[in-house]
This record gives sequence, structure tokens and C-alpha cells, in this order.
Amino acid sequence: MWADVGILGSTVVDLARIQFATTSLYHFLFVPLTLGLAPLVATMQTIWRRTGNEAWLRLTHFFGTLLLINFVVGVATGLVQEFQFGMNWSVYSTYVGNVFGAPLAIEGLAAFFLEATFLGLWIFGWNRLSPRIHLATIWLVALGTWISAFFILVANSWMQHPVGYKITNGRAELTSVWHLVSSPFALWAFVHAILAGLTAASVVVLGVSCWHLARGRNQDLFIRAAKLALVVALPVSAANLWVGSHFGIYTTETQPMKIAATEAQWSTCQPCGFSLFQIGGFTQSDQTPSFSIQIPKLLSYLATGSLNGKVVGLNDEQKNEQRQFGRGNYIPPVEAAYWSMRVMAGLGTLVFLVAAVGAFLYWRKRLERARWYFWAAVWTIPLPFIAALAGWVLTEVGRQPWIVYGLLRTSDANSPSVSATWLGISLGTFALLYAALTVTDIVLLRRYADPDRPVPTEAAPSAVSY
Amino acid sequence: MTLQIFWFCLIAVLWSGYFVLEGFDFGVGMLLPFVPRGSKERGVLLESIGPVWDGNEVWLVVAAGGTFAAFPAWYGAMFSGFYLLLLLILVFLIVRAVSFEWWNKSESPRWRSFWLGANVAASFGAPFLWGLALADLLYGVPLGSDGDFTGSIGDLFSAYAVFAGIAVVCLFALHGATFLTLRTTGELHERTSRVARMLALPAAAVVAAFAVWTVAVATDRNDKGVFPPVLPAALAIVALLLAAVLVRRGTTGRAFVATALGAVLTVATLFTSLYPRVMVSSPDFGNSLTVSNAASSHYALVAITVVALILTPLVLLYQGWTYYVLRARLAGEEVVSPAEALVPPSSGSPAG
Repeated sequence: MWADVGILGSTVVDLARIQFATTSLYHFLFVPLTLGLAPLVATMQTIWRRTGNEAWLRLTHFFGTLLLINFVVGVATGLVQEFQFGMNWSVYSTYVGNVFGAPLAIEGLAAFFLEATFLGLWIFGWNRLSPRIHLATIWLVALGTWISAFFILVANSWMQHPVGYKITNGRAELTSVWHLVSSPFALWAFVHAILAGLTAASVVVLGVSCWHLARGRNQDLFIRAAKLALVVALPVSAANLWVGSHFGIYTTETQPMKIAATEAQWSTCQPCGFSLFQIGGFTQSDQTPSFSIQIPKLLSYLATGSLNGKVVGLNDEQKNEQRQFGRGNYIPPVEAAYWSMRVMAGLGTLVFLVAAVGAFLYWRKRLERARWYFWAAVWTIPLPFIAALAGWVLTEVGRQPWIVYGLLRTSDANSPSVSATWLGISLGTFALLYAALTVTDIVLLRRYADPDRPVPTEAAPSAVSY
Repeated sequence: MTLQIFWFCLIAVLWSGYFVLEGFDFGVGMLLPFVPRGSKERGVLLESIGPVWDGNEVWLVVAAGGTFAAFPAWYGAMFSGFYLLLLLILVFLIVRAVSFEWWNKSESPRWRSFWLGANVAASFGAPFLWGLALADLLYGVPLGSDGDFTGSIGDLFSAYAVFAGIAVVCLFALHGATFLTLRTTGELHERTSRVARMLALPAAAVVAAFAVWTVAVATDRNDKGVFPPVLPAALAIVALLLAAVLVRRGTTGRAFVATALGAVLTVATLFTSLYPRVMVSSPDFGNSLTVSNAASSHYALVAITVVALILTPLVLLYQGWTYYVLRARLAGEEVVSPAEALVPPSSGSPAG
């Protein structure tokens, strides 16, 4: 197992992995909000155009500012992602560039130009464009962010479940663009990510609005935003629970090892109980948890869609993969996969419940007076983000030891010319820079969302100052 | 083979687009400490590039993405070999990106001068490092037989590469100045024109010297004849001298076109000198990466070519339209501050 990797080699790979994980997760802290908030702000501006109601224009400015503060960090940290494949994973880049590079290049041409160009026009075009065209610019920004999400998920899904390629001269070559972009894995991932983005953004709009309502500021304004957010949050958070569980069933077919690791299921079972919580049972030498809470048959249902489905355990999968790929340890870090799935699913459910309670209050016309609910909504804000990050940890950790499932191992994919010293320098630099950006971004977002800050009227729209 | 050449040219075009577009917004960033008086005028300078810098930077992202897709081995060798340069470039570009959005989000003078200073530093730093990195592709760095960088950081700092960095900074400073003379009116315009006149000849001379040196490096280290690289080099020199004359005459529109041509031709000189190699190996010249040994398979190239042929004209169309929409000159005295720029035209009634 990993025998050919020396001590120094594994340090370099580990550092490169830590750096990629940190920078990607950090990038994805900003992405869901952009994916969801762009169409929400566009919706607000559309309502203003349709109804002529000033309140929606002010809300457009208010949430537009939050979108911009957030968008720029997403763009800036996205640049790191674009460079980092080559910087830290040159063997990987050369091996897969033929397939993986295509969606990345298309993402730039189709999406980045669209969102960057039209966001600039939206910000500066208020009195230079006709109202209708100006409204179109924000919708084009939203479209750009979704196209971007699609192509990057096509690229990532190929790493999870390679399709439409052949191996020639020791590298992967693209053989079918259609198989690449219509891969069910990519489509599930895309819908799951878009719904996660809409959930995150509607929870932010709901939480910030409720913060104002709880403080008794700008009530006539923010009750509208809160209601819009609930109308979006309830269906998307519900739909994402469904999509997420079906994505899980599909993953069982394509990456059985990932699902077995996620459930810390060492032995093959039929039917299988779902472990809600357990202590121990996460390593090969300790396969039986010392304490666990199980729900009978639920794992069978979640993994296969049938209450009596069979789930192949880690030990049997390890034997399968050894037969297929030769000697080696093919079991991903079980504990990380186990907990990240539970954090993701648990918080996703919690967010749905918060949205459902809010929608109920709205329906019974009690939302305006439900002060306790306002505070609950404020504290819900971080949850969809933590859930999204946990989802990525699950996806990427669950794929290990592969960087491209079944084709290339992570430990064989890093840049040979990049030393541990260089990696130490870059990791330290990114850590410091990103920490400073986070603090500044949160301070700014909080300041511009603050109820005690005057909300722009049409006379002084200081909220959106570019 | 033809598709490999097509993609080599397309990547040169993407870099040209980056030099022409982000070139002037880097230039405006460099001029921030020298041209404007007071925070209002600084606001005007930033507003002149505020709506477009992000779209301009996408040219770089697509150049990188295109290299990854069309020449994976080039992308891998260059980005891992130039690791620390690219790290520094990323730091500059990240800091610069957030500075555009964040500098006016607080009234505190310290906050504002910090972010403006960061923007200025990044506007000098990133072009210098890009000049250095692109020149290293031609000057040659130690590559192993599998195309991996085997040198040390010192190998990236040859006299030629450092001079290339300086030349790109000079080019962008002049290009930014001609852009500003085109976008400003009144007293600010006068001052901008003065700075442009001061910059014109020295900047043109430095870039011209770089073009000559590039042809020399191409023949000396990349096994090229003087012809064809001398062609774009001569044209670059003509364009820049013309720019210097036009700047002194005060014909702003033509001067900007001339510096834009100078930027395109500088990139053309580098890429013509480079072809058919994409990354020269030195001392083991035989290990050089070329358009054929670094390229993707035919099928992959066909796929991205189709997409590029459909999307590139579309992008040019709507980016061009953006510049048309934002063509109004900005005056120093009656500032259209970014905040005011957002007042919707007829906020009472959404007419139409």
C-alpha cells in the first residue's frame, strides 16, 4: 500500500492535498451564495419592473451589494483554482488535460466572460441602459454563474466517474463530448449544487431580513424579502433532500466504495440498518463500533432505493478493487466520509424544517409577529454553507485514494518539480491571505446587512456603490 | 497539426486580448499615485476601469484554460515550473480584485489608502511577473526528458526575462495613459495628457529594445531565423513610435489604437519567436515542449475548436458593446461617483 511513496514524497503530496482542499473549500464558501443570490436579486429587480413598487428596487440595491461583496471573492479565489491544477498537479494535468481541460476552457469562454462582462454593466449601467436591457444584464449574470457551475461539475464528475474517454500512450483521451456532458453523475451533481446554492441564498435573504424585522427596522421592506425567501427556500430545500438521496443511490452504483465508507459499513449486509451516530468502528482494525444508534433497513433504502437492498461492505469492496487494480489500499478515510455525510444531511434537513416552519407561519399570517422565528432564521444563516462544505468533503474524500476514480492515484499525480519548501511557502501564503479576506468579507457583509445602517432610498442608493 | 497551430495562435490571441484589455486597466492602476489629485479624481480613475477590469481578466483565465485543454503538457510544465512566480501573481490579482470592490466600502482614510496602495502595487507587480514568465518560455528553462521543470527559482531571472518584465510594465503604463486621455475631460484630461507625453518616448524605446532583444534570443536560443520574428517586432516598434508621435500631437483616439497595436504586436513577437516550441528547454534543447508533443488528441482539439469558433465572436461582440455603452468621458470636476452612477434613471416609474 502506497509503498513506492517515500516519506518526503508523501509529505509533498499531503501538503498539496491540504492546499487544494483548503483553497477549494474556501472558494466554495462563496460560490453557493453567488449561484443563488444572482437569480434572487434578478427576481427582485423583475418584481420592481413589473409592479413599479419602490420597495423592490431598494431590496435589489440592498441584496445586490451583498452579492457584489461576495462575488468578487468568489472570482478572485476561482483564479487560484484555474491555476492550481497545473501548479500542484502537473502529472494529473498532463494525464487528464485532454478530457478535463475541455470543460474548463469552455467554462471560461461560455460563462466567465458572460458573468464578468454583464456584472460590470449591471453595476454601472443603471442610468446608461434602458430599464429592460439593464434588467437583462442581471439575468445574464445569473445564467453565467449557472453555466459555470455546470461545466466545472462536468469536469469534477469525470474525476468521480470517468466516461467518454480511452487510454492512449499512458494518458486519457477524450472520445465523446456528448458522454462527458450528459454523464448522469454530472447532471445529478449540477442539480444538487444549484439547489444548494438557491437554498443558501434564500436562507441568507431570509436570515438578513429577519434580522431587520427582529430589530424592528424597515419592516415593510424586509417582510417582503422574507416572504420571497420562504417561497424559494421551502421547495428548493425539500427538493434537494430528494435529489441528494437519489444522487446517493446513483453513487452506490458508480462508486460503491464511497457509499460503504460513508456508512462505515465494513461487512456486506442485506437488509442494512442506517447508523445515525456511532463511536468507533472507523478503521480496519476496529470495525465494530463500541456504541451506535441504528435505524433498521434505512441504509438499504437510502443506498439502493429498496428496503431490502444489498450494500456491499468495505472489506468486500477492497477485495473487488484489489482484483481489479492490483495490491493496494483502496479504502478512503472512513471517519471523515461518515461524519461529513451526517453533517450535510442533518443540516440540510434542519434548513428544510426552518423553511417549513416559516412557510407555515406565513400561510397562517403569523409571520409578522413571530419574533422567536426571526432569531431562529438569523441563526440558520451559516447552516447551508456548512452543509455545502461537508458535501464537498464527502465527495472528494470518498474518492480517495483516487484522483480520477480507477485511473490515477492522488499520490501519483502531484507536480514533481514542486518541493515541500515551495508548498510550505504557498500554503502559508494562501492561509494568511484567505484568513484576512474572510475576516474582511464577513465584517463588510455584516456592516452592509446591519439593521442599524440606513437602507438606501431612491434618493441615496449608497448600498450599491460599486 | 493544423488544429495544433490554430490553438497556438488562439492562445496568442487570448494573451493579446489580455495585454490590450487588462493592459490598460493595469496601466490606470499604475498611474493612480501620479495623475489624480484628491479622492474624487481617484474615484474617476477607478470608475474608468471599474466596470471592465473583471471582464478583461477573463482573457487570462481563458488563456490558461485553453492551454490546459489544448496543450496539457505545456500547462503542467509551465504552471508547476513557474510555481512561485504564479503564486505571487495570484496574490497580486486577488488583492487587486477585492480592492476594486472594497476600497470605498469604508470612509476611513487609512482603509482607502491601504486598498488603493494594494491596487497600485498589484498593477505594477502582476504585469512585471507576466512579462518575466512569458519571456522565460522563449529564453528557456531547464526541463527534464519528461518535460518537467528541473531548475531552481534563479533560472527564471535571466537579464532578458527581467527586462521583459520591465518592458511590459512600461507598455501597460503608456497604454493606460492613452486610455485615460480617451476617457477623461477637463483639467484631469490635461494632466493625463501631460503624463502620457512624458511617458511616451521612454516607454516606446524600452519596448522597442525588448522587441529587438526578443528576435536576438529567438535566433540565439530557439533555433529560429531572423525572419519571421523580425516582422512583428518591426511592426511593434513602428506602432509604438507612432503612438509616441500621436500622444505628443494629442490625437487621443489614434494614440490609444497605436498603443493597443503595440501590445498585440509585442505578444505576436514573443509567440512568433517561440513557434514551433511552446516552452524552450535550456541547456537540454532537445527536451523542449512543442506544439505537437504538448498537444491534446485530435478529437479533443476538434471539440474545443468548435466551441471556440462559436463563442469567441459572441464574446467579442458583447464585450465590444459594453465598451460602447460605457464610452462617455469622465470629468474630474463633476464627478459621476460610482454611488451616483447607480441612481436608476426614473426611479419613480419603471417606464417601458
